[in-house]
Amino acid sequence: MTLKTPLYEEHVALKGRIVDFAGYFLPVQYPGGVIQEHMAVREKAGLFDVSHMGEVAFKGKDALKNLNYILTNDYTNLKIGRVRYGVMCYEDGGCVDDLIVYRMAEDEFFVVVNASNRMKDVAWMKEHITGEVEFKDVSDEYAQLALQGPLSGDILGQYTELPQKYYSFITTQILGKDVIVSQTGYTGEYGFEIYCKPEDAPFLWNEILKDERVIPCGLGARDTLRLEASMPLYGHEMDETVSPLETGLDFGVKMNKEFIGREGIAARKNRHRIGIKVTGRGIVREHCDVYLNGQKIGHTTSGTFLPYLKGAYAMALVDEAYEPGTVVEADVRGRKIEGVVTVLPFYKKEK
Amino acid sequence: MNTPKELKYSKTHEWVRFTSDTECEVGLTDFAQDALGDLVFVNLPEEGAEAVKDETICDVESVKAVSDVYSPVSGTVCAVNEELLDSPELINNDPYGAWLFKLKDVSDAEDLLDAEAYEKVCEEEEH
Repeated sequence: MTLKTPLYEEHVALKGRIVDFAGYFLPVQYPGGVIQEHMAVREKAGLFDVSHMGEVAFKGKDALKNLNYILTNDYTNLKIGRVRYGVMCYEDGGCVDDLIVYRMAEDEFFVVVNASNRMKDVAWMKEHITGEVEFKDVSDEYAQLALQGPLSGDILGQYTELPQKYYSFITTQILGKDVIVSQTGYTGEYGFEIYCKPEDAPFLWNEILKDERVIPCGLGARDTLRLEASMPLYGHEMDETVSPLETGLDFGVKMNKEFIGREGIAARKNRHRIGIKVTGRGIVREHCDVYLNGQKIGHTTSGTFLPYLKGAYAMALVDEAYEPGTVVEADVRGRKIEGVVTVLPFYKKEK
Repeated sequence: MNTPKELKYSKTHEWVRFTSDTECEVGLTDFAQDALGDLVFVNLPEEGAEAVKDETICDVESVKAVSDVYSPVSGTVCAVNEELLDSPELINNDPYGAWLFKLKDVSDAEDLLDAEAYEKVCEEEEH
């Protein structure tokens, strides 16, 4: 069964092209198109409905201990009001999901997971929690908006104070509605994510869109933006067959502590995630074999035309950490298209 | 949706503009460009290539996906619109101006739809 987010009627009214994504009806784009939406986020501001994301809560004396055991990152020194990325692994080092953790209080954490993995994640977490911890899937209690782009602070700042640091959050109100606002996002741009009650979501959505500097954006732009910023996406750059180190998430994996999957990760012959700028004619998408001097070295995990960089790019999982400048080929429906290994991320915002 | 009356159409969303009894231009309809979204790459056929009705002749790519273009009639490719190689967005901006290729020695044109019949095909696909 496909669910509607609290903003479904808004998407229809805005003539969004609705698709079924991770079990939710969501707009892939609005009439202006993916490129316009993508550029709005790079140059001004865009508003996304990300209410499909899952949220779970860990509360109690052993909450921290559990997160540190179930997730690859170490949350011991995560301050209240700060956010930290992490991965959840199987024993063999493959990924269950990637997620972000908010520290609400000393013994209380709010964890945001991928919509498509929510049920699997909740089952895995339940199976592995121990000790004194209250665990709850609170996804249905929250809607989520993402306001992203260089002007997002000016726009949101009209309503509320803002979390000042990247990966920090505050609990506040916007026009009388209780919200959590974090300086986070999935676009590689300055921006905020706003968690609110589902019934308040349409009001906040429409209020923010009254500002002429912001346009609504769909899943299409969300994907091109994250790809341009070279952020991994579960099901593409990682899945149950790929370890977080293979996909280049070393910063979120702390091998000096005990956690599920540590031995599995360590035992793997590591592959590497590389960036490829397509220099031949064509678009290289996911699941294309990649060749070096005629030898297959791996496959692409994501790829398309990137609107801000104005070119075709792809990410690939390959057998070695090839140097930037290495010329490779991708097999696109039987046609070999040339590309060059390029430093990741493809796009990095100016400070 | 814009569906000019003077053109002929295929069920696979190509338009055909006859410039003589045996020559025509082929492009993608407004419905097709809207469904595809922003086009970012066009792979055109070779001049001189044989076009066979209902068979893939080239492809176009949007941000989201690659789509095959089918030849709506049979014939021989006598020109391709090279302007589209650098500016695929012309298909979005002006679908009936942005022809993809021209055919000569055209045959198998009996099944082409008029604008009214084509609009019905589009309506059915929308539901």
